[in-house]
Amino acid sequence: MARIFFSSGLAPYTGGVESIDIDAPRVEELLRAVRERFPALTESLALMSIAVDGVIHQHPDYVSLDANSEVHLVPRISGGA
Amino acid sequence: MSERSFTYVGTRPIRHDGLDKVTGRANFGADFALPGMLYGHIVRSPHAHARILAIDTSAAEAMPGVKAVLTGREIPKTDAKIMMAEGGFDLGDMGDNLLAHDKALYQGHAVAAVAATSPEIARAAAERVVVTYERLAPVMNVDQAMAADAPILHEDLVTKGKPLPDAPKRTNVAMRMELRRGDIDKGFAESDLIVEHTFTTPMVHQGYIEPHACVARVGEDGQIVVWASTQGQFIVRDACAGILGVDAAKIKVIPSEIGGGFGGKIPVYLEPIAIVLARKAQRPVKLVMSRDDVFKASGPTSGTRVRMKIGVKQDGTIVAASASLYYEAGAYRGSPAGAGAMCCLASYKVPNFFIEAYDIVVNRPKVAAYRAPGSPSSTFATESVLDEIAHRLGLDPIELRLKNAASEGDQAPYGPKYGPIGLAQVLESAKNHPHWKAPLGPNQGRGIACGFWFNAGFNSSAVVSLSGDGSATVVTGNPDIGGTRVAQALMVSEELGIPVERVRPTVADTDSIGYNDLTGGSRVCYATGMAVIKAADDVRDQLRARAATIWNVKPEQVRWDAGRAVLVEGAGDQPPLTLNELAAKMAHTGGPIVGRAAVNPPMAGPGFAVNICDLEVDKETGVSRVTRFTAIQDVGKAIHPSFVEGQMQGGAAQGIGWALNEEYIYDEEGLMQNAGFLDYRMPVASDLPMIDTVIVEVPNPLHPYGVRGVGEVPIVPPLAAVANAMRDATGIRFTDLPLSPPRVLEALGHD
Repeated sequence: MARIFFSSGLAPYTGGVESIDIDAPRVEELLRAVRERFPALTESLALMSIAVDGVIHQHPDYVSLDANSEVHLVPRISGGA
Repeated sequence: MSERSFTYVGTRPIRHDGLDKVTGRANFGADFALPGMLYGHIVRSPHAHARILAIDTSAAEAMPGVKAVLTGREIPKTDAKIMMAEGGFDLGDMGDNLLAHDKALYQGHAVAAVAATSPEIARAAAERVVVTYERLAPVMNVDQAMAADAPILHEDLVTKGKPLPDAPKRTNVAMRMELRRGDIDKGFAESDLIVEHTFTTPMVHQGYIEPHACVARVGEDGQIVVWASTQGQFIVRDACAGILGVDAAKIKVIPSEIGGGFGGKIPVYLEPIAIVLARKAQRPVKLVMSRDDVFKASGPTSGTRVRMKIGVKQDGTIVAASASLYYEAGAYRGSPAGAGAMCCLASYKVPNFFIEAYDIVVNRPKVAAYRAPGSPSSTFATESVLDEIAHRLGLDPIELRLKNAASEGDQAPYGPKYGPIGLAQVLESAKNHPHWKAPLGPNQGRGIACGFWFNAGFNSSAVVSLSGDGSATVVTGNPDIGGTRVAQALMVSEELGIPVERVRPTVADTDSIGYNDLTGGSRVCYATGMAVIKAADDVRDQLRARAATIWNVKPEQVRWDAGRAVLVEGAGDQPPLTLNELAAKMAHTGGPIVGRAAVNPPMAGPGFAVNICDLEVDKETGVSRVTRFTAIQDVGKAIHPSFVEGQMQGGAAQGIGWALNEEYIYDEEGLMQNAGFLDYRMPVASDLPMIDTVIVEVPNPLHPYGVRGVGEVPIVPPLAAVANAMRDATGIRFTDLPLSPPRVLEALGHD
């Protein structure tokens, strides 16, 4: 199962849970499961990029996950645009 | 990643656009003209903060030669947003920045526009536009903006992200974010030494030589053509379409050559205005900014205040860090505070940290991107504190950084674990460089600093076409700022096995190539390069298929080898077919050979740089001069080393200017006092020594050649490298930039 990590800054929205394991084939299904479990995270997720195994994706929905994938939520990089 | 040997990549051919540029033949934004063209002029606010009570355009409209007058009422308000490259654009804010609707939010804010038959008439008409203002108190810095009784720029502004629980509802704070890990109280308690300072950096401008310029033409059928100097023709198209409510397919944007951008030519400032003026006048309209306009009304980067606290063990091991970042956004939300937060500790392993970052609106021009936006200011704080720690503990500053340097598998402060990165390699390169060991002269000091930037990915398209004589064209959609045409041609050469002189690279308009995100984010050689390689590979696959047709075998029985189609072992004994032979037979084997590719790769991954700076200080005048400078950077793979070195040198020069002289100076009314290159002092060639470069290549596994991106990291380390050299030369830790002669003299105890 893929493991998604929540930074300390997101702790208020996850009840202090730092990571969970989810059986999901792609990021889309993983995030859907995360939103169902932590509805308070939904707004924050919209402001995040997703890193899968160290690689940051701006458009991650259909990125595949494997059993050992590590997923991190990364604040979206804004360049003063 | 296995080592690949290259034939063309890594060589230094003359760039295809070089002759035109050095002989003045290249066409930049302001060079373009059309028959019957009108000249536009913008009416700008003389006040930093004022409510617009009325605009009377009647006198201007009555002038002979005036064909159209425009105010903000004719720029529709929208809440649309578009996501592009390094962050999104709020088109509502962008539209209000184009022409103010209700309030002028900074000196120079556009409030009306005129189009007339000559520049002189347009200017005179602009002076007859009567704007009635109610002046409001200006908010010029983060302290004023966050004061309890601060005037509020936007009554509807809501703090996004993670506002503090007791934060006021009426606010100038557009965003607050946090990053944290571990237990900082415990970390600081376990530290043997804690160093804490508050640093400030001024608002500075990218200082591109070419001012913003465009021409717009609107046909009777509503079809729009825009010629513009921009970092992204597709961004101009989509921003104009979104702001004006026009279908993107009705707009064609043709990019000119571009005289520098560095992030500042991503937003639109003129193009929608030119379109509406042209539509009203039914004639083409040209708009060109003056240098005064560029300073006051385009997008510089944030002035900042950063409090940085780092705790270490006696041996220099970092135990804890905390940082508070306050970034000026200018008149609308959207400073790079978040990126500054993610970058400031990214070079090091820090087990316990807390970072908070604030995006704060003030009555200054809305900031735009500027090379590695957000990172130089926060990194200035980190690298200055580390330098102070090295001094106090008697440690070599490079060894201190090597001890704490992040490496593959370490978790970045912004979340994920690093893949292969080159920080240790660039630090080792610095340690072994002759510069680091060279003796210093009187009144000289030496400083070192590291820097980090993400390097972007994003959307790119490319088309490679083969000609009948075996030469090729490569068409992409990224304006060439740093030598990307020749880099793309080199990639085609590498894939097809033909000399780079036989490849013609072209930057196309929005009708002539698929969508490309902007030239920025250090992304063009990485992402667009990836599309080019794939498009060239598509050509190669078609060539194999054409050879198979000629030989009457299956395509998989043909392989490509050094520019020739060759039968695989056992498939026959035909002599190889060269690319030229296959190109000559295109019509007989299926028609033209056109390869295409479109990609949206992930972020390229981290780039790291180290700078060594020698500074000489005249302690009687306070004037300082950089006497030697070495820039070292991991670029993954240098496609054309000369242009990689040029990026490294350019970033260093801009960073040195930021450190020593550059700053926006405002009076108490919020009016800029130095909106010209005589008073806004950027370094020129005679101010700087030859900047030495060392290219380090730790391949990026996400790119076929290992490209990592190069354009932004070079501006990150110089601020601290210069300030650390000043500390070494004077014994004084300067925490406020720029290190201008008056500031240095004052610190040295002179009147």
